[in-house]
Amino acid sequence: MSALLQRLAEARKAGDVGRLAEAIPYARWMKIAPENGTGELLTRMRYHDDLIGNTFLPAIHGGTLGAMLEMTAIFHLLWETETETVPKIVNITVDYLRSARPVDVIARATVTKQGRRMVNVFAEAWQDDRAKPVATANAHFLVKSSDDAPPSL
Amino acid sequence: MEKDERIALFQKWFSDTIPHNKALGLKVIGARRGFASMQLDWREELVGNPETGVLAGGPLTAMLDGCCGMSVATMLKTPEPFATLDLRIDYVRPAEPGKPVIAEAECYRVTRSVAFTRAFAHHGDPKDPIAAAAGTFMLGTKGKVTRAQSIGEEAIGEEAIGKESIAAEDKA
Repeated sequence: MSALLQRLAEARKAGDVGRLAEAIPYARWMKIAPENGTGELLTRMRYHDDLIGNTFLPAIHGGTLGAMLEMTAIFHLLWETETETVPKIVNITVDYLRSARPVDVIARATVTKQGRRMVNVFAEAWQDDRAKPVATANAHFLVKSSDDAPPSL
Repeated sequence: MEKDERIALFQKWFSDTIPHNKALGLKVIGARRGFASMQLDWREELVGNPETGVLAGGPLTAMLDGCCGMSVATMLKTPEPFATLDLRIDYVRPAEPGKPVIAEAECYRVTRSVAFTRAFAHHGDPKDPIAAAAGTFMLGTKGKVTRAQSIGEEAIGEEAIGKESIAAEDKA
């Protein structure tokens, strides 16, 4: 069992999804963590100056939004589905809708289609107004351990 | 402009002065008209799975976005602000722990409103990619043009394409 799945079991026992991020160095570095304080599973990327991509606007780097949407989908699959393996990302398409200001970004994922081996996930990210998303993404993940696929996580 | 000088200029405006690119430690290793190349060195902080040491997808996404954006800048003779419209990434195989990743992006078409790019990330052999990307960029977005976005004419010179030639091409 991977350390992440072990962490998942501990997090479930404690009812605190936030513990999942501690097992992923990149999530810690980016200050990306899931939270379920309101009963809804959300993922938050805490603002810090290293996220900036355009100092003139200023705006958060598009790549970091793609990265946090990908993490949002992974946390969702781990927490909300009966996964026995760490999901392996196959691809992701990110649409950029608005420039993201230098404040926290929050995101939520939903499973569009759950297959036996493949899952299609939609994720959207916003800042203070949920009705005005800054970016959305669709991603495919392999969720069966025997498959030969790129384990990004 | 000499190649080294040009690379130093792109390094300054596309990595050293863009906070997230700087935080990732992106190194510009190639820049010419319609082409951009960057290197990302492996670091523990960028790892997705500490058991394997494989990089997370995120650093690759950010690097490919940045590299595609830089390829757009090499095409613009008339400075104008631009922003990523969409970005698709295929994760073809895992990056190998400890090895630097190289991204190579090509901007293959610029129209009045949109620039089209594609990119690959690899460990030195472009025929054996880690990730493939396709990105489109919206041109003439709001806000002031950044120094990075206005680098085209200075670094690439007459080869960078002006809006006039795009308009002429549209008519033809």
